[in-house]
Amino acid sequence: MNTGPAGAWGGAGHRPEQDEQLNLRRFVTIWCRAIYSVTATSMTRGEFEAHLIPQARILHEALRAERFDPRPAAAVGAALVDAHCTDPEALPSILGVIDAYLVLYCPPDPDVSADEARIRCSRLQHAVAVGFSQALRERTLVEQESISRAALGAQAEAERALAASEAKFRAVFEGAAVGIGIADMDGNVTEINQAAARMFGGEAHIRRRNVRDWVHPENDPGTRGLNGELVRGERDGYHIEKAYARADGSVLWANLQVSLLRDAAGDPQYQLALLEDITERRGLLQRLRHQATHDALTGLPNRALFFERLDQALDPEGPTTRIGLCYLDLDGFKTVNDSLGHAVGDRLLVDVAERLQDCITSPDQLVARIGGDEFVALYTDPPGLTAVTDLATRILEALAAPVTLEERDLRVHGSIGIVHGPVGSRGAADVLRSADITMYRAKELGGNRYEVADPDADARAITRHGLTNRLPGALERGEFFVEYQPLIGLENGAVLGAEALVRWGHPVHGVLGPDQFIPLAESTGQIVPLGRWVLEQAARQARDWHREHPGADHPPRVNVNLSPIQLHHRDLVSEIAAVLDETGLPPGALCLEVTESALIGADEDALKPLRRIADLGVAIALDDFGTGYSNLSSLRWLPLSVLKLDRAFTRGMRRHPADPVDMKIVEGIVSLAHSLDLTVTVEGVETRAQAEHLRALGCDHGQGWYYARPGPPEALHRLSLADAG
Amino acid sequence: MTERPSWAPQGIDLTVPSVSRVYDYFLGGSHNFEVDREAARVALKAFPGIPKIGQANRAVMRRAVQFAVDRGVRQFLDIGSGIPTFGNVHEVAQAAAPGARVVYVDNDPVAVAHSKAVLDGNPDATIAAADLRDPLSILEHPETRRLLDFDEPIALMLVAVVHFLPDADRPAEIIATLRDALAPGSIMTITHATLGGPTPEGQRAAQEVYQRTATPLLMRTPEELEPFFAGFEVVEPGIVPLSYWRPEAPLTEDDDTAALHGLAGVGLKA
Repeated sequence: MNTGPAGAWGGAGHRPEQDEQLNLRRFVTIWCRAIYSVTATSMTRGEFEAHLIPQARILHEALRAERFDPRPAAAVGAALVDAHCTDPEALPSILGVIDAYLVLYCPPDPDVSADEARIRCSRLQHAVAVGFSQALRERTLVEQESISRAALGAQAEAERALAASEAKFRAVFEGAAVGIGIADMDGNVTEINQAAARMFGGEAHIRRRNVRDWVHPENDPGTRGLNGELVRGERDGYHIEKAYARADGSVLWANLQVSLLRDAAGDPQYQLALLEDITERRGLLQRLRHQATHDALTGLPNRALFFERLDQALDPEGPTTRIGLCYLDLDGFKTVNDSLGHAVGDRLLVDVAERLQDCITSPDQLVARIGGDEFVALYTDPPGLTAVTDLATRILEALAAPVTLEERDLRVHGSIGIVHGPVGSRGAADVLRSADITMYRAKELGGNRYEVADPDADARAITRHGLTNRLPGALERGEFFVEYQPLIGLENGAVLGAEALVRWGHPVHGVLGPDQFIPLAESTGQIVPLGRWVLEQAARQARDWHREHPGADHPPRVNVNLSPIQLHHRDLVSEIAAVLDETGLPPGALCLEVTESALIGADEDALKPLRRIADLGVAIALDDFGTGYSNLSSLRWLPLSVLKLDRAFTRGMRRHPADPVDMKIVEGIVSLAHSLDLTVTVEGVETRAQAEHLRALGCDHGQGWYYARPGPPEALHRLSLADAG
Repeated sequence: MTERPSWAPQGIDLTVPSVSRVYDYFLGGSHNFEVDREAARVALKAFPGIPKIGQANRAVMRRAVQFAVDRGVRQFLDIGSGIPTFGNVHEVAQAAAPGARVVYVDNDPVAVAHSKAVLDGNPDATIAAADLRDPLSILEHPETRRLLDFDEPIALMLVAVVHFLPDADRPAEIIATLRDALAPGSIMTITHATLGGPTPEGQRAAQEVYQRTATPLLMRTPEELEPFFAGFEVVEPGIVPLSYWRPEAPLTEDDDTAALHGLAGVGLKA
C-alpha cells in the first residue's frame, strides 16, 4: 500500500471511492499525529483518530461542494474542542495540517482551480478557527460558571454548616451549667453566658469590670500573677479555685479554668474562662472539716486538729522553732459528772471551754479539748518559758471563779503540765506524754497549780505510765495476787472476815497497790477480767476459811471491791452466781463493796443488777461513804446492808479528846444507818483511841492498821487464832 | 485526625490553590480560578510535562476500570476523584457495563459541589465528602453505604491521591483499613508520583508548588509503594511507569516522558 499522495493518484486498480477513503484516512493519520500530543483527551490514539474521520469528511465535503460554503467547518472546530483539544497550541496544529494536506489528500472536483482550492482551504481554516474559538469560549464560560456555581454552593454549604455550628455552639454556650466567659487580651469581657451571669448575680456586674480587677481578699496571693503570665503568652492556661465578689457582696467561690484562644497563626486572641460554682461545696467541705476538727460540745478544736497543729509545729523542716504546751486536767470534774449528771457536766465543760478560749491572747496560741475533761493549749514560738507559764496562770485564774449552774456554785480547778522547748527530735505523742505526766505531778502536789516538765520528774512518772503497756497480759502471766485486810468486830475485837485487796507483782516496779493500776484497768477495760479473777480468788479463800472453822457462829466473810465498770457489765450477776455455785460459799459470806459515786445518779435500770445480787443473799456495802455528794435519802432505796465510812471521818479521832464535830457526824450517821438496818464499818482505824471512840459511837466493824495491815490469807488465820486464843 | 468537633464546618478558602482545580487546569479544563492557574503555571514552568502525567493518569485509570469490568466487577470507589471533567470513572465504567455503580470521594468542598451538579440525575453514581486520612468516614459514609455492597467485589481507585499522604499519616494503615472492608475479588488501583523528573531542580520546584496547596505532594519509589499492596496480589506487569501499565497501543515519545513521573499498580484481593 502506498503511503504518499502519489499512490493516491496513481493506483489504477482502485475504484475512485476507495481511493478517496484511503486518502482521507491518510489525512486523518497526519492530522491525528499533529494534534494528539496537544490534546488532553482520555481517548486512545486510535479512538482519537476515528473521532477525526467525520471531521475530515466535513472538510472534504465543504472543499469540493459545487457551491462553496465554509460554515460547516465551524462544527469541526467545535468537535475538536469537545475532544479536549483545548490547548492553545492545538489550533495552529489543527489548522497547519488542514493548510498543508487537506487539498492534497482530499482534493475538490477537478473543475475547481488550484487557486480556488487554496482560497477554499483558507476559508475553511477560518471557519474551523471560528468554530474552535466559539466552542472554546462557550466551554470556558460554561465551566467557569459551573465551577463558580460549585464554589458558591460549597461556600453556602459551608456557611450553613458554620451557622448550624454557631447555633450549636450558642446553645452549648448559653445552656451550659458551667459559667463561660470570654475576654480579649486586654481583659475586657466580650461574652458571658447565663450561668456565669447567674453565678455573679448579674451580667452588668461582670461586664463592668476588667478581668484583671477581679481581686478578692480571700484569694491566695500566689494566684495573682497567673493572668499576667497568660496574657503575656507565658502559659496557655491555668486552673485554680478563686473567690469573687458577687453583685450583692457575698463571696462566690469558683473552680476556674482559664485558657488562651489563639488564632490560626498561633497568636493569642482571647482568654476563655470556665467557671464552676463551688461555693456551696466549699462551704460544706469547710463545715465538714470544722466538724472533723472541732469538738461538738465546746466548739474548741479537737484532738485531731490539735495533733495536726502540734505535728506541724514539731516539723523540723517547718518554720516553728519552739513550742509551749499546757496540758490541763480538771480537778474534781469526775465528781461533778458522777453526782450531778452528764448534762451538768457538759455545761460545766462548755463554760470552762469559753474561759479557756478567753485566755488566748494571740493567734499563735490554740486551745483544744482532747479528752473528757482534758484540755490543751499549744503555744507556737513563745517568747520564753515565762510566756507559757503566764498562759497557765491565766488559765488557772480563769478557773478560779466558781461556775454557777442550776443555782449551784461549782468549783473547778485544774492541774496543768507544761512542756516548753525547742522543736527537734521529739514527736507529738512524746511531748503530750511528757505534758500528761507533768500534769499528774501537779495533781499529786494537790492540784490547782501548774508544773513544768523536767526530765527527772518525767522519768519517775514514766514508770507509772510504763504500767499501761504491761497491764494487758499481766493477768495471764499471773502477776496479780490478793491480800486480805481483816475486818474486826468493834464490840469484841473478833475477826469477822477480811477485805480482799488486789496487788500487782510488777516485775520491775515491785508490788503495786490498787490505786496505782485500777484506774488504768478501768480505762482499758481490763478491770472486768481482773475483777472476776479477784472475786474468784476471794470466794475460794472464804470457802477455805469456812472449812477451817466449821460451826463458827460467824463464819468469816470476805469483802470484794466492785468497780463501777464491773457494775455495768451485763454478765456480772451470772458471774457472781456462778462463783458462789462453784465455790459453795454461802452468799451471806460475800460482801461486795461499791463506791458511792458509782450509785449516785443511777436509775432503777442501772440498779437492777445490784438488786439481783442482793436478792442472791450477797451483802452490798456502800464504800467511801461521806466523800462525795452523799445523798442520804438514797440509803432508803439502795439494796444495801453495810455502810463503810471513809477514813476522813476517823482522822479527827486519832487522839483524845476527839474532834467533837467528827464525833457528832459519825454518831448521826451510825444512828441513821442502824435505823435503816445497816451495819457500819469504819476504815482507816489506826489508833487504839480511834477504835475506842468508834466502839463508843456504836460503829459495828473496824478496819485499819491498828488491827492489821493487808496480808496473805495465812496472816488472817494466825490473827484469827490469836484472837480466839 | 482532627480535634474539631464533627459539627464544626470545614472552611472554604478560594484564595488557596486546590489540588483538584490545578489538576483540572492541567487537563485543559476551565474549572479553576486564577489562584489555581497561577499555581499551575508555576508548576508548568518548572515541570512542563505535568499535563501529560495527568493525561497518562486518566489513561491508566481508564484501562484499570476496563480491567475491573472485564473481571466482572461492577462497583467502583474512586477516592480523590477531584473535579469531574471528562473520561471519568463512571463514564468509562457505565459505558463498558451499564448499571455499574460508582462512588466518588473528595475532601475539597468545591469538587464535591461540582461533582454533585455533574452527577445529578445519575442514579448509579454519587459523591461523598470525606477524607482519605479518615478511611472509616469513607466506608461509613451514607452515600457509600447506599450505593456499594461490600459483600461483592469493589474496584478501589486511588488515582493520584496517595502521594498527598505523608508517612506520618500512615498511608499503609489507611489502605489496610479500606482493604479489610473489601470482599475477595476486589481490585485496587494506585497511581503515584515518583522521582523520575528531568532534573532534580525541576522535581523540587514541582514539589514546592504542591507545598503551597493545602496538600503537599510526595514522591515514592516502586519499592515504597509495595507495602500499600499488602493483602493484594499485584497483577502483571507490577508497579510500573504509568504508560507501561497494559498499554493499548505502542508507546510514543510522549508516553515515555509522562511515564518517568508516575507509577501505576493494580492489585487483586484474594
